[in-house]
Formats: sequence, structure tokens, C-alpha cells
Amino acid sequence: MNSNALRQKAVQIRMDLLRIIHRAKTGHTGGSLSNTDILTSLYYRVMRIDPSNPKLPDRDRFIASKGHSVESLWCILADLGFFPKEELFTYSQFGTRLIGHPNNKVPGIEMNTGALGHGLAISVGMALASKRDGLGYRVFCLMGDGEQAEGSVWEAAMAGAHYKLDNLVGIVDRNRLQISGSTEEVMGLDPLDEKWASFGWHVVTVDGNDVDALVSAFEAVPAASGKPTLVMANTVKGKGVSFAENVPHWHHHVPSDEELDRALAELSAALESLRQEGEKG
Amino acid sequence: MGNTIPNRQVVCETLLELAKEDRAITVLASDSRGSAAMAPFAKAYPDQFVEVGIAEQNIVGIAAGLAHSGRKPFVASPACFLSMRSIEQIKVDVAYSGTNVKLVGISGGVSYGALGMSHHSVQDLAVARAIPGLAVMMPADRHETKRMTEALVGYEGGAYVRIGRNPVEDVYDSADYEFTIGKAVTMKEGEDVTLIATGETVRIALDAEALLREVGVSARVLNMHTIKPLDEEAIVRAAEETGRIITVEEHSIHGGLGAAVAEVVVQRHPVPVRILGIPDEPAIAGKTSEVFKHYGISADSIKRIALDLIGR
Repeated sequence: MNSNALRQKAVQIRMDLLRIIHRAKTGHTGGSLSNTDILTSLYYRVMRIDPSNPKLPDRDRFIASKGHSVESLWCILADLGFFPKEELFTYSQFGTRLIGHPNNKVPGIEMNTGALGHGLAISVGMALASKRDGLGYRVFCLMGDGEQAEGSVWEAAMAGAHYKLDNLVGIVDRNRLQISGSTEEVMGLDPLDEKWASFGWHVVTVDGNDVDALVSAFEAVPAASGKPTLVMANTVKGKGVSFAENVPHWHHHVPSDEELDRALAELSAALESLRQEGEKG
Repeated sequence: MGNTIPNRQVVCETLLELAKEDRAITVLASDSRGSAAMAPFAKAYPDQFVEVGIAEQNIVGIAAGLAHSGRKPFVASPACFLSMRSIEQIKVDVAYSGTNVKLVGISGGVSYGALGMSHHSVQDLAVARAIPGLAVMMPADRHETKRMTEALVGYEGGAYVRIGRNPVEDVYDSADYEFTIGKAVTMKEGEDVTLIATGETVRIALDAEALLREVGVSARVLNMHTIKPLDEEAIVRAAEETGRIITVEEHSIHGGLGAAVAEVVVQRHPVPVRILGIPDEPAIAGKTSEVFKHYGISADSIKRIALDLIGR
């Protein structure tokens, strides 16, 4: 998928996720909007996956350590055909498998996540198995920036470097907001890139809402032989919906009918202009 | 005491043997290869060994990732830390995600003795058995440790196994007996009372049975090596046929074997149950035998309680 198509896809996913959150009256809107470009880059361009064979042995693995921002992931998996798109409307309904966190009863989901600080250790185990068993797959682990306060993240960071897992990619969705406010006010993280570098990781800082920058960073892996890569993805929480951008309470704010209409109108306009741009080539 | 081989050594020897044929078996240690007696495994199979350092949350997460990729991880880490520090990883990454991880809690119960409550693990059965899908086991001696380790290699799913630090007296003559995960072993048949024990207290229950026999009391002894899935039928039969039950465990009196047995008895065939274990306090310092004696986890004490239940 080329750059324009990826950007169109990201807009479409944002529209889908707003609809399912609005319908279910629950969801992590801000975080799903901030990570949409990261997931779109991975799922439509970077990762070796096969929706018709979700257990392909040498598939690349994706672990959503920040499991709460799952709505974008559900919309992408449905769009790719891992499960029927109609099922999206069961999101968060009684008895659904599309719950508010990744659920490995759903094809395409590797592990159940949601408790912050777990994903990177799991990813280290997967990346280590890939290396030792010569399976050749890569592991992409998406973490939140608020999640970086979990000590277990750093236990796994140490192990990833110790075992020289250059097939392991950590991604920090650095939107600088968590549920109580600014990450730097809640528990200061900066200089976060230096922290990761000091743990022995190759750190790449990109605009995390720019699919071209993300694709370049992911496709360069391993950029440093013998080192895991950390993509510091500077994102905007609520990205794509002007009145949700950088507003803390959109962390899990559910759009009203009127807000949904306005958001979809903005996104439709963005999609249209991308289409025209695409047609011009 | 005859036996000088600790159960942890048996786990290592058994895995060493099985790993010859099964290259998926992978041992993880948290700076615990020495205390877990796993150094020979690390040396023999470096590609099947992962050192994680002193990081118990990490060891369980990494094990889950390895299991997801087809490995058969055995995590060998002190029970006190493994069952508490990493309990969320056990709940989510192992049980909930359904990964095939075996958690071997070493130096369990009060076997760290005078190191104090930080190093005791007498709440682990309670927390582990409340987690859906996690098997919970304790072997009674070295022979059972061998059988259990072999069974675990073939068992698909998460399991927590607690073993002690020191050699324990044999309760079996050999490893040649019928061992099935989830099935209690009847060590002695009896009619007047049933003693249900797990792990190292099985030996104590057998000693109590001998004392009771001397005074004409016929005690049944069940080795409940699997706390979960629990052999409910064996418990119900004991309640129906002997009318009285005494449980004996190296665990808090809250939430462990005694509680598990009582849950079955009160709902299916109510009879008097007495629960022997560590009381709700930081356990006193001392060797396992001294601590057991202090809290009445002894053959004499079981005999007294049994006679009292019988009305003698």
C-alpha cells in the first residue's frame, strides 16, 4: 500500500472506530486515534501477516501492550478480514469477544493484554524464540507513554538488550497525555529517548502520526545489529478530530451524537482531499 | 532420615532426561539456577535455558512469550516471589492468555526457615487456586516429584507447582505407582477418619496414621498432590465413608488445601473438618520441622485431633 493509500486507510479506520465507540457508549477514544497511524503502517505495509492464516508460523507478531486502545485494532483486523466486519458492532456488548482489550479468542490477536507493563516481556520471549529457533519473525510491541512508569517495562527493556534482540521493536505512543493529565506532571518521563538509549536500545524518534516516517523507521529494522529498536512515536492524542486533539478527557470520552457527526464530517473532508491528491498522483 | 536428594534436584534431573528428546523444554531462572539446582541443565542445554536476572515479573512474561512460540517453559524461581511478585503475569499472561507455562516455586512454604516472612510462601495455594485455568500441585517426595515433572511436560496449560528446599523423607518406595494430575493417591485405606495432606505434610499424615493404628483407629490417608483441579470425588467418598476429615498443609489455614476440601464437603456431604496449617500470622523462625511442631503440624497433634473428632 502506498503512502496516500495508507493515509486514506488511517482516516477510514478513525471513522470506523469513532462509530463503534459511539455505538457502544464506551471506549478509549483518544488513544485509539493517536495510535491509528502506527497500526495502519504496521498492518497494511510493514508486517508479514496473512489474514486467511492468522497462525502462519513465521508471521510477524504484534503485541498491544497498551491494550486499552483496542478500538483501532479491532477496526483494522475486521477491515483486513480476520473476522467479519459486521461483528464490529458487537464491540463491548454482552457476551462479545470484541471486548475493551485485545482478546486472543479473536483471530489475529496473539495475547490477552490490558494490564500495563506486560507486553514488552512477552515480546522479549517471542523475539528470543524467533532467534533461537530460526523462525525469522519480528515482534512489534506498542506501549503507551503513561505505561512507561511501570517498572516491569524496564525489566523487559534490560532483557531485550541483554539478548541482543534486533528483531524486537518497541514503540512508544508518545502523546504526552494520560488519564489524569500531562505525563510530565503525573510522573515525569523525559528524557524518555535517553532512558531507552541508556538501556541499550537503538532509539528512533519520528512523527507518530506520519505514516511515511513510521514506515521508514519500521522498515529500517534492524538499524543497529544486535540491538532492539525503540520507535519513539510522537503522536497527538485524539489525532484527526480537531476538538479531541490534546484534550485529556478524550482519553475515554465517548462522542455525543453531535460530536460524532462533526468528527465524521471532518474526517470525510480529509478523506476526500486525500482521494483527490491520490488521483493526481 | 534416609533420603538426601531434594526435590529441586529431581526436577532438574528429570528435565535433563526429557530434554534429550524434547528440544522445546526450556528452563528459565531468575538468578536462581543454583538455588533451583538447575545449573546442570543450563550447562547441558544453553539454547534451552534463559537467565532473566532478579526480575520475577519479567521471567513470567518472557516465559509466556516463549510458550506462545512453541517452547515448553519451566520457570524455576523462589515460590515466595514467583507466587506474589509475578501473580498478575501469572493471571494474565499465563492463565488468561492460555500459555503453556510451568511455574515451579522453589524453596516453598517455610523452607527458607529463619529468613522470615518475606521468604515464606504460605499464601501461594490460596492465590493460585483462585485463578481460572491454572493447575496447582505439590509433590510429596522425590518419587512423586519425578512423576509430576514428567506429567507436566505432557500437560498442555499453565501450572503452578511448589516444592521445598530440603530433602524430604520418601513416602513412596519408588516412582512406580499410578500418578495422574487431578487424582488423589490413597496412601492408606481407613474407615474412622480421613487425613488429607499435600506436599511434605503427606509424610506427617502417614506417621499420624501409624500412631492412630496403635490405638485402634483406622485412618485413611489421601495424598492430594493436585490442589486444582481438585479430586472432589475422593473427598466426597472420604466424607461419606469415614465421616470426619483432617487436612494438613504447609500453608496458611486460609484458602489452601483445607479451604478447598471444606468447600467440597460443606456443599456435597457435610461432615466435621479440621484444618491444620500455618495460622494467620508471620510464621515463627526456625527449621521446617521446628515450625511445624510449633504450630501443631505433627503426627501427635493430628492423633489428638482425630481422637477428639471421634469422641475419645
